[in-house]
Amino acid sequence: MSVLEVMDLKTYFYTSHGVVKAVDGVSFNIEKGEVFGLVGESGSGKTLTALSILKLISFPGRIVDGRILFNGIDLLCSDDKLLRNIRGSKISIVFQEPASSFNPVFTIGEQITEAALVHQRIGRAAAKRKAMEYLERARIGDPKRIYNGYPHQLSGGTKQRAGIAMALVNSPDLIILDEPTTALDVTIQAQVLDMLDEIIHRERLSILFISHDLGVISRMCDSVAVMNKGRIVETGPVKNILNSPKEAYTVSLLESVKALS
Amino acid sequence: MTIIRCEDIKKYFGVVKAVDGVSLDIEKSDCFGIVGESGCGKTTLGKLILGILDPDSGRIIRNTGKMQVVFQDPYNSLDPKMKIFDVLAEGLVVRRSSFVVRNADDVKRKVEEVLDLIRLPKTALKKYPHQFSGGERQRIAIGRAVLTNPEFIVCDEPVSSLDVTIQLEILKLLKNIQKSLGITYLFISHDLRVVKFICNKVAVMYSGRILESGPVEDVYRNPSQAYTRQLLSSSLTIVP
Repeated sequence: MSVLEVMDLKTYFYTSHGVVKAVDGVSFNIEKGEVFGLVGESGSGKTLTALSILKLISFPGRIVDGRILFNGIDLLCSDDKLLRNIRGSKISIVFQEPASSFNPVFTIGEQITEAALVHQRIGRAAAKRKAMEYLERARIGDPKRIYNGYPHQLSGGTKQRAGIAMALVNSPDLIILDEPTTALDVTIQAQVLDMLDEIIHRERLSILFISHDLGVISRMCDSVAVMNKGRIVETGPVKNILNSPKEAYTVSLLESVKALS
Repeated sequence: MTIIRCEDIKKYFGVVKAVDGVSLDIEKSDCFGIVGESGCGKTTLGKLILGILDPDSGRIIRNTGKMQVVFQDPYNSLDPKMKIFDVLAEGLVVRRSSFVVRNADDVKRKVEEVLDLIRLPKTALKKYPHQFSGGERQRIAIGRAVLTNPEFIVCDEPVSSLDVTIQLEILKLLKNIQKSLGITYLFISHDLRVVKFICNKVAVMYSGRILESGPVEDVYRNPSQAYTRQLLSSSLTIVP
């Protein structure tokens, strides 16, 4: 069964300059244990697709059409209470910028502990142990020091590992990774991707992996959808898309990357 | 002909050794790449060479005419309240004595010439920076740099904030400009693929020092340093 089914999703922004069709009829499925990539250039609608899944679109944007089924639950028809139980618990998200995904005035540990406390029926001590355990799983060298550290005291790579630990702490059914390594140096990116790869396969996680980098997509994903101007122009197994792209846009994207490598 | 020579230059900011004993020679018509990760001192080195910063010790010999710079972020490097004509013309107007512009018509003619080079329509001159995409803005920044007839341009991560298809377009533009105007580049980047595409020489920087340098082909094929090998193996290509 699919963990996530997105059907004909449309998210429009009503601005004074007219309607911007940021997501314009997007459909895809993510199966259990699948790593599904969404690739495209900036402004193609990747992130807004992710935010629509969590129903986090705010004014002047609106989800105008479509259905999103998560484990059979229709998310777009769900009330706020149910959505709050799903966000961060059943579906979690890791953002591009590790510096802005943590609150600067609380320690890393407090924030991960809070995520566990809100969504699980456990006490503070147990939540703390959980947080520590997941920091270790994200291969953070000195988890105790990081637990007590404030976001500004950590490097970008460590902060992003902590962000991933926070996304994992409630054992979600779906994790959205939105450009998780874009802000990192290449050597750090390679380490974080190795770590993610190991966790994803060990725990058979279902992932929506958003990136503008076809190199990262080809390293991490099973299937991929190529987005351009709010639409999916081509989708299929990563191998097929990268070896024999059918659409002109995919071809031009691949050629720009190949010219550089 | 060597147009830039750095001899053991150092620049410390408190305890941070941003540039810690760098020596290099840039020959005329080189595209000299500096590659390294954030915080390794690439940008500081560029600023030292431009004379924006002074080294604490060591010597920089500049045997070049005018120098120019293109920055990473075309959203910050253009004044949001200036029309494109003024953005482009400012360099000519501010230092009028050193150029062959005698009057406003000369300035207008030169600005319009450069529009052809960066492939923007004349209507662009009346617009403001926010009306352009990132790639167009970077073309404007390049046009502004080229207008003052520099012999040497420091390009500090000129494509890293752009989409990959736009990156290619800007790199090709820089290549063409180099070919037609014979400009020498110092090209700073964290992206080994970009450096390989445009540079003929490369120096790998790590914590303020140059670990190794040489022709791009040699360094990429036979990296002598463990760090260079790590950097090369971290860069992802499409392997389905």
